[in-house]
Amino acid sequence: MSSNEAVTKAVAEKGRIQIDDLQVTFGQNGNQVDAVSGVSIHIEPGEFVSIVGPSGCGKSTLLNAVAGFVKPSGGTLLLDGKAIKGPGADRGMVFQQYSLFPWMSVRKNVEFGLKMQRMASGQRESAARTLLGLAGLLAFENHYPDQLSGGMRQRVGIVRALATSPQVLLMDEPFGALDAQTRVVMQEILTNMWQRFRISVLFITHDIDESIFLSDRVYVMTARPGKIKAEIAIPLPRPRLPEMSTSAEFLKIREQLHALIREESLKAMGGELKEGGLSGFGIEVGPEGVGELV
Amino acid sequence: MALGLFSVLLFIGFWYFATKYRWSMYIRFGNIPSPVDVFNEAMTLGKNADFYNNMVVSMRRILLGFGIATFAGVGLGLLIGRYRLMHNLFFPVMEMLRPIPAIAWVPISIMLWPTNESSIVFITFIGSFFPILLNTVEGVFSLDKVLVRAARSLGASEFALLKDVILPGALPHIFTGLAVGMGVAWVSLIAAEMISGQFGIGYFTWEAYSLIQYADIVIGMIVIGVLGLACSGAIRLLGRLVMPWISPNDGRS
Ligand SMILES: Nc1ncnc2c1ncn2[C@@H]1O[C@H](COP(=O)(O)OP(=O)(O)OP(=O)(O)O)[C@@H](O)[C@H]1O
Ligand SMILES: [Mg+2]
Repeated sequence: MSSNEAVTKAVAEKGRIQIDDLQVTFGQNGNQVDAVSGVSIHIEPGEFVSIVGPSGCGKSTLLNAVAGFVKPSGGTLLLDGKAIKGPGADRGMVFQQYSLFPWMSVRKNVEFGLKMQRMASGQRESAARTLLGLAGLLAFENHYPDQLSGGMRQRVGIVRALATSPQVLLMDEPFGALDAQTRVVMQEILTNMWQRFRISVLFITHDIDESIFLSDRVYVMTARPGKIKAEIAIPLPRPRLPEMSTSAEFLKIREQLHALIREESLKAMGGELKEGGLSGFGIEVGPEGVGELV
Repeated sequence: MALGLFSVLLFIGFWYFATKYRWSMYIRFGNIPSPVDVFNEAMTLGKNADFYNNMVVSMRRILLGFGIATFAGVGLGLLIGRYRLMHNLFFPVMEMLRPIPAIAWVPISIMLWPTNESSIVFITFIGSFFPILLNTVEGVFSLDKVLVRAARSLGASEFALLKDVILPGALPHIFTGLAVGMGVAWVSLIAAEMISGQFGIGYFTWEAYSLIQYADIVIGMIVIGVLGLACSGAIRLLGRLVMPWISPNDGRS
């Protein structure tokens, strides 16, 4: 499978994201909020990059800036060398909330982006059916979103975002609302789709295990205003198997990430605790115990 | 069902005896036609072409006034709901005019419009316009913003966004507006026809009173009720046809 990865690297030529010194400030003078401050992130074509960080640190804001929904107050945002000016089909978006159009069947949802590109309806239909087949959803093509389970809706959401062959997939806690079992299945499906489409992914999550399991690299953000606190490479081989989550390497990365995030979460929650006590605490308590606090 | 039938029979029974014995306490049944009179008169009227013509005229006024109100109300409602500028421009005027009942427009309408016909259609329009407009605006406001973002990131243009996302997303509210608007359209139409009309079922009903053809009054009332019900039913049916994603059991038990 390492040869598979080589193929991925060789073929994916588009989807390079360069975020440099990004600054996002909300509000007018007087009561301004710096949501994101001096963030630089680079994503190579075909790379899977996650962002973790305490609640409210500006992860969604960062993603929305890349998506083109939020205007940066400073810094540069480039996709394949071109400045990002607004939302567009070159960046597929998967939201945490269900965002399927309730009045369209599953297939019509998937066709929507292609329709916007004025693809003929016959072509659209067969493209959508192919994609739905890959995601195991063909049997549900004529269902309405309300008739699907949460996991299925999110799968349709991913398929819909992929339909226009974007260079990048932007995902804001896409599995946050799903139960643990569904989550694991969705992670596997996402990994498969990612390898098949050789696409860059910028993925936001609260779940540290999820970020390790999916990513090539993980960025940790600080409490607000969000800055990059650390960048951790995940050298685990692919395919990532569920058994790996007990390997020494996985546990080491996990502990490292937990300690980093724990520090920031406590800062975000007030930070009246002594600093020396914190880092000591983070190392003494096992990953399970720390995980609850994140 | 059986209980419903019983209450209808009870009502007709009361009507029959009240008119037969010309009950007169505080309210007076002396001049009220009995169910039998009404039935006999209906048999004669059924062969009268003018009578049908009145129905056709009223229906045409409803279709025109309500139809224009639908296009104007939905179109303007989408723009007001979507664009802050349109909202700031139009909403204050709308809020000012909204509390004025359509019937209060009758004298102005007669002066405003060149023909009697157009002034009646205008009254019908005014009655249904505001509920349709306000519900459309509400529908746009209550649309989940994430759907707009999703459409944008799928490459939707502003026009496509209005047509393919905001309009269908607002449809449930729009149909609430249409149902309310249809009810108000009939109220306004009948009032306008009674006051200023020539032809139409409201005119027929008022004319029957003037000409002391009391049985015709009741027939007029029944026809108005039936036509109003049919129009509301048509709106509901249309709603079910254009919104197949909403399961018919929603909100009922
Ligand atoms: N439109 C806005 N106007 C003003 N402030 C905003 C706006 N959007 C976000 N913020 C603020 O910016 C900060 C970062 O918000 P953001 O949603 O990006 O955080 P997040 O990391 O995604 O949080 P979570 O993990 O809870 O999703 C928060 O303090 C939030 O209140
Ligand atoms: Mg968020």
